[in-house]
Amino acid sequence: MAKVHVRTTINGEEKEFLCEPADSLLGALRDAVGLTGTKEGCTTGDCGACSVLMDGRLVPSCLVLAAEVQGRTVTTIEGIANGHALHPVQQKFLEHGALQCGICTPGFIVAAKALLDTRPNPTEVETRYWLAGNLCRCTGYDKIIRAVLDAAAALRPEA
Amino acid sequence: MQTTRYEAPESVAAAVRLVDADPGAKVLAGGTDLLIQFRAGLHRPTAFVDVKRIPELVDIAVDRDGVRLGAATAAAVICEHAEMRRLFPGLVEAVQLIGSTQIQGRSTVGGNLCNASPAADTTCALIVNRAQCIIAGPRGERTVAVEQFCTGPGKTVLQRGELLVSIRIPRPSPGTADAYLRLIPRSEMDIAVVGAAVSLTLGPDGVCTAARVAIAAVAPTALLVPEAADALIGSRLDEAALRGAANAASAAARPIDDKRGTIAYRRQVAGVLTKRAAAIAAERVKGRI
Amino acid sequence: MKDFKYVGTRPIRHDGLDKVTGRANYGADFALPGMLYGAVLRSPHAHARIVSIDTKAAEAMPGVKAVITGDDIPENFAKVAIGGEGTFDMHDMGDNALAHGKALYNGHAVAAVAAVSLEAAQEAAVRIEVVYEPLEPVLSIDRALAADAPILHENLVEGQGPTNVAARMELKRGDLDAGFAEADVVIEREFRTPMAHQGYIEPHACVARYGEDGRVLVWCTTQGPFLVRDACAAILGLDGSKIKVISSEIGGGFGGKIPVYLEPLAIALSRKANRPVKMVMTRDEVFRATGPTSGTKVVMKLGAKRDGTLVAAHASMWYEAGAYRGSPFGAGAMCCLAAYKIPNFFIEAYDVVVNKPKVAAYRAPGSPASTFATESLVDEIARTLGLDPIDLRLKNAVAEGDNAPYGPAYGPIGLKQVLEAARNHPHWTAPLAPNQGRGIACGFWFNAGLSSSATVTLDGDGSAAVVTGNPDIGGTRVAQALMVAEELGIPVDRVRPIVADTDSVGFTDVTGGSRVCYATGMAVIAAARDVCDQLRARAAKIWDIDPASVEWEDGRAVPPDGADGRGPLTVAELAAKIGHTGGPIVGRASVNAPMAGPGFGAHICDLEVDVETGRSIVVRYTAIQDAGKAVHPDFVEGQMQGGASQGIGMALNEEYIYNASGVMENAGFLDYRMPVASDLPMIDTVIVEVPNPLHPYGVRGVGETPIVPPLAAVANAMRDATGIRFTELPLSPPRVLEGLSARTTEDRDAWRPSTYQAV
Repeated sequence: MAKVHVRTTINGEEKEFLCEPADSLLGALRDAVGLTGTKEGCTTGDCGACSVLMDGRLVPSCLVLAAEVQGRTVTTIEGIANGHALHPVQQKFLEHGALQCGICTPGFIVAAKALLDTRPNPTEVETRYWLAGNLCRCTGYDKIIRAVLDAAAALRPEA
Repeated sequence: MQTTRYEAPESVAAAVRLVDADPGAKVLAGGTDLLIQFRAGLHRPTAFVDVKRIPELVDIAVDRDGVRLGAATAAAVICEHAEMRRLFPGLVEAVQLIGSTQIQGRSTVGGNLCNASPAADTTCALIVNRAQCIIAGPRGERTVAVEQFCTGPGKTVLQRGELLVSIRIPRPSPGTADAYLRLIPRSEMDIAVVGAAVSLTLGPDGVCTAARVAIAAVAPTALLVPEAADALIGSRLDEAALRGAANAASAAARPIDDKRGTIAYRRQVAGVLTKRAAAIAAERVKGRI
Repeated sequence: MKDFKYVGTRPIRHDGLDKVTGRANYGADFALPGMLYGAVLRSPHAHARIVSIDTKAAEAMPGVKAVITGDDIPENFAKVAIGGEGTFDMHDMGDNALAHGKALYNGHAVAAVAAVSLEAAQEAAVRIEVVYEPLEPVLSIDRALAADAPILHENLVEGQGPTNVAARMELKRGDLDAGFAEADVVIEREFRTPMAHQGYIEPHACVARYGEDGRVLVWCTTQGPFLVRDACAAILGLDGSKIKVISSEIGGGFGGKIPVYLEPLAIALSRKANRPVKMVMTRDEVFRATGPTSGTKVVMKLGAKRDGTLVAAHASMWYEAGAYRGSPFGAGAMCCLAAYKIPNFFIEAYDVVVNKPKVAAYRAPGSPASTFATESLVDEIARTLGLDPIDLRLKNAVAEGDNAPYGPAYGPIGLKQVLEAARNHPHWTAPLAPNQGRGIACGFWFNAGLSSSATVTLDGDGSAAVVTGNPDIGGTRVAQALMVAEELGIPVDRVRPIVADTDSVGFTDVTGGSRVCYATGMAVIAAARDVCDQLRARAAKIWDIDPASVEWEDGRAVPPDGADGRGPLTVAELAAKIGHTGGPIVGRASVNAPMAGPGFGAHICDLEVDVETGRSIVVRYTAIQDAGKAVHPDFVEGQMQGGASQGIGMALNEEYIYNASGVMENAGFLDYRMPVASDLPMIDTVIVEVPNPLHPYGVRGVGETPIVPPLAAVANAMRDATGIRFTELPLSPPRVLEGLSARTTEDRDAWRPSTYQAV
């Protein structure tokens, strides 16, 4: 059976991998590319743990075929920090204690970055709806929402 | 083990050739239904034909007559489109309700139609906007009114080798606005228990001159309810007219009991949502006049 | 109260960086060379005799390396007490891991396959030919108790014959008839809650390798690595000393990752295939085949005098155990009246087997359902008597010296302080908008003690490592580091907290029961104090004085007065000299804490109801709880907020939905509706600190109590908003609209079968 040869850009680096035609991007990232920071919670697009950016757009990697990323760019949780500098969303998650078990955290951070990339000044309600596809069972979302709003403030130029 | 291929044609003609040649092939748009069903073992396609590299399937073209919406345009792209939001706020609301932000990055209106779920959010909103489906096939192109596109749960008018290319939505006449509402237990992430879309046209005197009402998740396909529209036409959207529309929608509903709601519940709420959507559409017109 | 330097501060957790960058390794993130992938064949039936299993076709599939069935799990009739949360019946655990003779629920594992790829394993699993003889499923408590009910276990016998009632207990005090005779108001209702899942986001996952020498390595996501070791040894008849369990980071558990499901299968497959085997559950499998919490029926009657004094209570409760005995019926009975001084009561509780998955612990197991009944009735009594619900609760609240309904007298407890804090919170008196209602409810959990071990090692640079055996499910590493920092007087970031495998640390009970900060914390503090004692001895050696004369203060060894020229020595100074004063320093401690400090909480909920659709949303929420002492307040608040969120989910939308054949219809996050971010408001918290004298810092467990109050807090708010007392959860829109549409009070009060459930 013929594997698909995929050339793509992941976290700014050119990558090649082989996958089955029906493999998900989530599976390929975790198994073929070795980036296990993207988590599997359901494989039905209902939990958000596998969130990645594809050509800058937030998508559930469980519902993307690996073969689809041919020639596209993918950003995973491993590509959110800038070298040794954490992204403000990551830093604020730490400062606010916005994680307990941490399994949903990569997906939340990728999704929150996507929010702040396009909306520098989201309201609490906008933030809650944007992140409604990311399930967290530990925190009740309170500290996560606070961390994201605080990261938005940190990202805005000083008034 | 059955082998699956992945194909990514770059033209409609190439896509039609692929699906015509292989009856086991499935068209892959956003994949938010197809891949879930595949993983659940509901079908084993011999090929995924990814149509998102075909330019006309992933763009939005606006002209004097209206909008041509590429069938595989991501929901998020539609929601970000200023002209779509201005012309069809209710339709954009429906598109915005398809799943999470993540799902929005993938899901498509064409896919929503082709999946043919009775609970699909966009179908009603397209119906009240008189949308037409442009279908390409081995024998050329044909057009089907959106209310005729779905024929039952999971069933459409698409024949072997055919592909939904785009959806054509006529420009609303002056004084027209639409609205869509659905009932879900949570605030996000659920499938509609009931949905209702209304488009209406008000004259300068505030009298409703035209209306269309469609309801979702209360029958095997989305239902156009002319009786509900009739209750609104000629009125000023007063309480009695809205109640009339609500009663007509409830009467038209033919729901089932399932894990998401009961017959009695769906029937009652179909009326409530119809009434509320009509009121919102009227407010929109007044805001625009 | 003792002044703390580090405890009570909010440093960044040590494992945080790995978790915000995707580097942390969870159950499914581990791989071994040559690894196979496992898949499980599960019963499509809720109740069926297994007539035959033919694995030949599966074994012949390409890439298949091993197939196992119930025959590979030896019969074992031992009853082994392992782990903190009760006794596990090894026969049942083994039978749950792979069915022997009978499938007892939809999703029950019947066989398992290991193959070179997951796809190959899944393909092979469906080629296993199982002949079933379907039996009538028992899907409700009422059906299970019926005289003509099918029997799940022929060997479960009570009196004259087989039964589905696995156990019964009762608690009583005073004279019930006299109590009710004294009452001016008596209210009785029947309450129902459906089966509900913990909903952790990480599915169960493990990798197992059975070596040529019989030594076994298991990497898995678990709340209790020692329990995995002991359970796998017992189920498979292996020598536990040859099993090493490495716990991965754990993506949520809430009690549900205490039992073993995949681990014994992976070991058995690895033994047969002589290759490592990885197994990961799908979400569908997690819902169908792990351990949710019981569906329940509680009939409760409460009597009070006109002034609000509670005088009598009668409660009968039935808890679904799922396919095997062992629901939290006992805890339900013990918790339901724990908050109030009631002189006369009688409580009976039953453990009922049904054809659903075997329940597991879920956050304060048993308490939410029975407390839902109590707190709903207390609310009704307050309404009937025209009393403020907080005043009524304060009037009857237990305090130090009062006896718990299960016997012992309470030590210092914080219920009254919690209720006062609720009354003083601005939320309690804030105005409500139309169609909004407000409810309050209390909750109780015992909090567990049990066994824990810890070592603290001091390095020459003055930094320290603390090693324990509890997987860090929500910030326990940093809490343990805070305790070591407090004792040694070194900064928190100079302490490295480590979760060790079962070969590397002394026996430690599960992460669960709200016991880690309390019991493991006691071991950590004792181990750190052991280090301090050794440092005092080293200082004495340097000063050449009697060690007993050296004090330990603020992280320094302090010489006695008059020891001229000898200034105090810091940890860093002493550490720098350990090579010359006697070598490395390792502190160690183990505890067996039979008692813990009970935790009380109270939650206030504002609900807004759409009266035309029955849909409701929580618009404001406040959780108040006695934590004893909050070691890291962020994570105490996080426990309160997370527990509240889970309880709100149970109250509003979460439920297992079965069809008439006993097949679960909503085994996924789409239709098992847990709260999403846009469903909830900020959850305000108030931490009350009434120190627990059993712990050196006054710590009580905090994790479990917060799931107890929300069920009634939400239902009481619904009552306030709509005038209707709902007694069955969840308050899903169809049920609420049906209640709102009911014409008479009798219609409203009548118990109706769930909107969806087959009965």
